[in-house]
Amino acid sequence: MKLKLYLAALMLILMAGLIPVAAMAEEKKDAAPAATAPAATLAAPAADAAKPVEAAKPADAAAPAAAPGAPATPPDVKPVLNTGDTAWMLVSSALVLLMIPGLALFYGGMVRQKNVLSTMMHSLVAMGIVGVQWAIIGYSLSFGPDMAKMGLIGDFSKMMLNGLIIMKDAASGTVEYALFQNYTKEPGAIPELVFAMYQAMFAMITVALISGAMAERVKFSAYCVFVLLWTTLVYDPLAHWVWMTDGWLFKKGALDFAGGTVVHLSSGISALAFLMFLGKRHGYPTERMAPHNLPLTLLGVGLLWFGWFGFNAGSAIVGPNTSDAAGGLAGLAFTTTTIAPAAAGLSWMIAEWLHSGKPSALGFGSGVVAGLVVITPAAGFVQPGAALLMGVAAGLICYGGILLKAKLKYDDSLDAFGVHGIGGTFGAIITGVFATVGATGLLAGNAKQLMIQLIAVLAAGGYAFIVTLVITFILDKTIGLRVDKEDEIMGLDQTQHSESGYNM
Amino acid sequence: MKLIEAIIKPFKLDEVKDALNEIGIEGITVSEVKGFGRQKGHTELYRGAEYVVDFIPKIKMEIAVSDDLVNKVVETIQNTAKTGRIGDGKIFIIPLEEAVRIRTGEQGADAI
Repeated sequence: MKLKLYLAALMLILMAGLIPVAAMAEEKKDAAPAATAPAATLAAPAADAAKPVEAAKPADAAAPAAAPGAPATPPDVKPVLNTGDTAWMLVSSALVLLMIPGLALFYGGMVRQKNVLSTMMHSLVAMGIVGVQWAIIGYSLSFGPDMAKMGLIGDFSKMMLNGLIIMKDAASGTVEYALFQNYTKEPGAIPELVFAMYQAMFAMITVALISGAMAERVKFSAYCVFVLLWTTLVYDPLAHWVWMTDGWLFKKGALDFAGGTVVHLSSGISALAFLMFLGKRHGYPTERMAPHNLPLTLLGVGLLWFGWFGFNAGSAIVGPNTSDAAGGLAGLAFTTTTIAPAAAGLSWMIAEWLHSGKPSALGFGSGVVAGLVVITPAAGFVQPGAALLMGVAAGLICYGGILLKAKLKYDDSLDAFGVHGIGGTFGAIITGVFATVGATGLLAGNAKQLMIQLIAVLAAGGYAFIVTLVITFILDKTIGLRVDKEDEIMGLDQTQHSESGYNM
Repeated sequence: MKLIEAIIKPFKLDEVKDALNEIGIEGITVSEVKGFGRQKGHTELYRGAEYVVDFIPKIKMEIAVSDDLVNKVVETIQNTAKTGRIGDGKIFIIPLEEAVRIRTGEQGADAI
């Protein structure tokens, strides 16, 4: 009965919400679309003062689309270092890094006391492994020039960040820093080193997210090898497909502002693949496995939300047709990253209140994270109204995902799939509905975008799932994925790390 | 000599301890335990996983007394630890064969 109540509420909210959004979208039909078909109407100039669309005039002139007034495409310009953008990107990179200890706390608080260090180590060691891998080959594979021009992977020309610092005169130590210019029609650029490091943090956190599914039983050595293989074989290609201009999904026009597909969908679905070989925790689901330290988890939620501003607003650096990292687009992404998780925290909390009787702290925190996940692919593409709706839906849908897990009884210990997988998929697809800024979606009259989003989701999800299955299978047959049953019962902190979390 | 074991609600500890001090009892041992009797537990819900918590935290007091004080001590504990609601606890009286003071070696009544 209660289930029907909240499902009915969900339907009502979504439908009620679609009306004003559709009305807003109607007005925005005049804005020039970016990567999609130029067949859209372009009667009125795009500067509709009431709505906070990208203000910069050159940003409207996407190469294929006919710009209002000036039909000629502006020429390419040389990149010029923009210190404001660079400062912001340096801060953003640090913010995203902070998300990983935040994730460690979020996950760590949710496991049993005997496994707290092991769980936190999963996130922390990912920083180490991916940090090194990224410098050596990861950056080159993800963002290097395309290998064989197929849009699948980068080459090795930027191994060890080769070319990002150019030695001009070794005798005096004079160097030149390569610049990253997102949009060649605008001069704004940041040092490519900064861009590389910004992206490094994304690679680190993506693989750490998967550890949520395997908590409390995975063998640490197997996990370390998994991290290295997954980030190289799954993350790097996906980043190349979606975020590099040569990438085949980018060329198709798939929209992923900050990583709904590349980060959340991929990690979530990979978690599921890993679980197929890992198996459930000993004693699941009958034994009591309640979170041992929810204050840690809530602290983690706070750090995640804080860092996510760097994750989403910093991704304006790769926004369509703009070279402004610190500008209006970042402001929009910041705004949606505030509204969506706030709404999602509330909607999860209220859904739980109605369905189970009490609003839980863990529920609110989980809702916030779900909202952050869902808004990630859409942060710079949707307007605040859409962000609000997406947030409400995120809380409800991911809450439903958790209930589904409880019913199906598969042991995704920390809901890596339930929140990140389901949330990332939903967010990526719904971006194709609500996109109105820098791109157009279903409500703006472009049905094709939704199809492209679905293709991207299926391609990326399928690839991640299959490759992860193979990696996991190999690890299972060679090193072995799980610790011994006695070690698992005694606790991984003791048996894997010879440590105890609390010696108070 | 008897060993009186009292299981009481944790928030009653200070009250009981003060009352016992007033009637001349100078030594008590206290431990944190959990248990249940007729007072049932509660359920906790974490992300869709429901757990029934059977055990409730209690305080166990152990007091060694000479036989003539037993009734007074039991009465004191019962009066101060009682709330009238389920879960107030129990008192057990166990015969104590011998007691030794470690510092001096005194035995018997001198040790308690």
